[in-house]
Amino acid sequence: MILLGELSLWVSLLMAIWMTTVSYAGGATRRSELVMSGERATYATLFFVVMASIGLWTALFTHDFSLKFVASYTSSNLPKVYLFSAFWAGQSGSLLFWALILAVFTTIAVVANRTKNRDLMPWVTGTLGVILVFFIGTILFAANPYDRMEWVPADGRGLNPQLQNPGMAIHPPMLYLGWVGTSIPFAFAIGALVTRRLDTEWLAAIRRWSLISWFFLTIGLVLGMWWAYVELGWGGYWAWDPVENAPLTSWLCQTAFLHSIMIQEKRGMLRKWNVTLVVAAFLLSILGTFLTRSGVIESVHSFAQSPIGNYFSTFLILIFVATTILVMTRLKDMEAKAQLESMVSREAAFLYNNLVLVGIAFSVLWGTLFPIISEAVRGTKITVGPPFFNSVNVPLGLGLLALTGIGPLIAWRRASVENVRRQFMFPVAAGLVTGGILIALGMRAFYPIIAYILVGFVVGTISQEFFKGTRARMRMYAENVVLASLRLVGNNRRRYGGYIVHLGVAMIFAAFAGFAFKKEFDISLKTGETFAATDPFGHKWTFTSQGVSEYKRLNRYVTAVGLAVTRDGLPMQVLSSEKRQHVDSNDQPTFEPSTEVGLYETTMQDVYLVFSGMIGPDQAEMRLSFNPLVWWVWYGGMVMAIGGLIVMWPQAEKKRQGGYVTVLTPGSESADPVAAGMGAR
Amino acid sequence: MADLMNTRSKFLLGGLLILGTASFLAAKSTAATAQFYLTPHELAERLAADDSFRENGMKVGGRVVPGSIVKSPGNKEVRFMMRDTMPSSTARFAVVYKGIIPDTFTDSVDVVVEGRLDAGNTFQATVLLAKCASRYENAPGKPGYGPGQQGGHPADVPKGPSPAPQT
Repeated sequence: MILLGELSLWVSLLMAIWMTTVSYAGGATRRSELVMSGERATYATLFFVVMASIGLWTALFTHDFSLKFVASYTSSNLPKVYLFSAFWAGQSGSLLFWALILAVFTTIAVVANRTKNRDLMPWVTGTLGVILVFFIGTILFAANPYDRMEWVPADGRGLNPQLQNPGMAIHPPMLYLGWVGTSIPFAFAIGALVTRRLDTEWLAAIRRWSLISWFFLTIGLVLGMWWAYVELGWGGYWAWDPVENAPLTSWLCQTAFLHSIMIQEKRGMLRKWNVTLVVAAFLLSILGTFLTRSGVIESVHSFAQSPIGNYFSTFLILIFVATTILVMTRLKDMEAKAQLESMVSREAAFLYNNLVLVGIAFSVLWGTLFPIISEAVRGTKITVGPPFFNSVNVPLGLGLLALTGIGPLIAWRRASVENVRRQFMFPVAAGLVTGGILIALGMRAFYPIIAYILVGFVVGTISQEFFKGTRARMRMYAENVVLASLRLVGNNRRRYGGYIVHLGVAMIFAAFAGFAFKKEFDISLKTGETFAATDPFGHKWTFTSQGVSEYKRLNRYVTAVGLAVTRDGLPMQVLSSEKRQHVDSNDQPTFEPSTEVGLYETTMQDVYLVFSGMIGPDQAEMRLSFNPLVWWVWYGGMVMAIGGLIVMWPQAEKKRQGGYVTVLTPGSESADPVAAGMGAR
Repeated sequence: MADLMNTRSKFLLGGLLILGTASFLAAKSTAATAQFYLTPHELAERLAADDSFRENGMKVGGRVVPGSIVKSPGNKEVRFMMRDTMPSSTARFAVVYKGIIPDTFTDSVDVVVEGRLDAGNTFQATVLLAKCASRYENAPGKPGYGPGQQGGHPADVPKGPSPAPQT
């Protein structure tokens, strides 16, 4: 099976090359037998990539330590679930995982669109083939998970304990689903550019894909934050690390696109801009995969050592140059069909939202790549840290938050003064009241107060929209409140799902602003000693050490400290933090000890305990912190994901899009809504 | 039509304002928060050229000299020697770091420290990042994987300066 897998990888490369060649040839000569052959090559590629993946999984589950990959990332006592996720624990496996998802996505896109967008599809298939060839080729020639050891070790190194966490088992696949998801819109953009069919047709085909990609990137980012928070033990969830920034820039581009696509649908504007965003999102995904997998930012040496660096940079440059040329020769086909009519219109709000999103993405990219840029330009590596990202992105982020509230309130084309006054009254009042209450309660920090005023404003906007919509339904159809609000969302999923996403965004902003009030203490307690502290909300806490215990679990030794906690005199749960020494099947220690954070979570704040070490037999050294509003990041992320699901639920598409497309571009492909499978429109 | 152009230029003005603010903030804080990121070798070279260089805040990325780690009781402070990742360089610096020591910090890992070099050539670190070399990739020929150390682990390798065939 393992040998078969390795062979399959080689065959899949040949298939992908065939798929690219005949699809492009079929597109250029319009010969349908070539196009058909390309489609069949797609299925064959999928089959062989799946076989190659099954082969690697087989090797992982059967502990075939003759494979360097298996020996490097697993051991025979590793829990099964982490054997499964070890697939993407290392560079070569994660590249194969990329190829696997891409092959699956490509096949779905081909099946869903082959009868619909006949002119476009050969080019789409061919372009996806190019990406597949690149990934499979890189795997085979630069980072092959099937590489053998020169000798077979008795046991593997095991998986890094920090990666033995359920969040980390699913975080990379989520990011990859998001990143790979940008390939499909990119391929459609290329198809549309080549065939000059740059109307709404290709946009309709990729909107669902963009949403899927956005959805998984959102989940991936939030899971990554969660993992960093509970596993790394430094007490925060975002550190502007390159591996965090990379998916963030892709996410920002996708978010911008999901907004600007609406302007093109409604008004035929922003056609060049949309193509640019789709291409940028794809390039950033490739760049992100590269940054997270090569360590180029931390050390140039690892770049030089790892051959995938050259493969990725060459591929990025080739794609960039090819698409730029393609876009340049098609500029005339992308003239806007309408003009911006007023500054006080939803178009304008969306345009500014796009500018801010792209501005944030660009500044994050700038800060992330600065060490490389400075080394290239001045020969010295210079880094910018979190202060850079914060001082640029806090103001921009607040501007974005304000636009989140403004956008839904103003009408398309041109809003009247009356419209503005009527719409803004309640949300603005909600924001000001929020700010007033917080100042009255004693909050004095500038940025957090602004942030909470804007959060109040955004939540006011969303509530007003729901309230108005529900009331209208209740009057029109004599429905009760529950039914009316459910049908409101159900029948306008794109709009109200979007509002739910905005609600999640507001929750996350509230959490970010609250984190500014974090309090942290370094404490050292003997058994029976007590530490007293006041949290940011003014509650009084005590922490009494219950001593340190030691015991053994399946693949680790555990040293744990327990603290009995009281808040305002009332006993709460016991807070416990652990040091874990992982061992292999012969009881030999593997890796350095890892720390398990002790966490007491409430909606208002987390009490966060990190066990640092022992002095003598009895005295535990710890770091304790009150982290305000962290809960809202996780649940805000969940709300965003739910909103995203509502927007992309297929049925909504069927009902809504039917009328929508006919209104906008009469006679275009509004029929056949039933077949609106994944990627259909 | 004049009205249209007007709206358009108004929008462009607003856009320029946003992008201008963003670029201004970016440029200003790039200058304010930029730090040199050097290897021990480069740091030694710069000190040789100009001794006042030590007054800059900086980041230094290198590798922990095996066996040099001394942790205080309770793991709240650590002292170690740091060398260049290039085997050819002999530059070494003593580092002191106070704070929570990352789990991945161990002999021979790649570390990045942030802080200042004091007058006694000891690096006073305020930030210590340890990058487990094997976190994503295992370099071939790591200790513990040579033939004759079947089933061995880096932890079994006796601590000391001798085995570290790092590439």
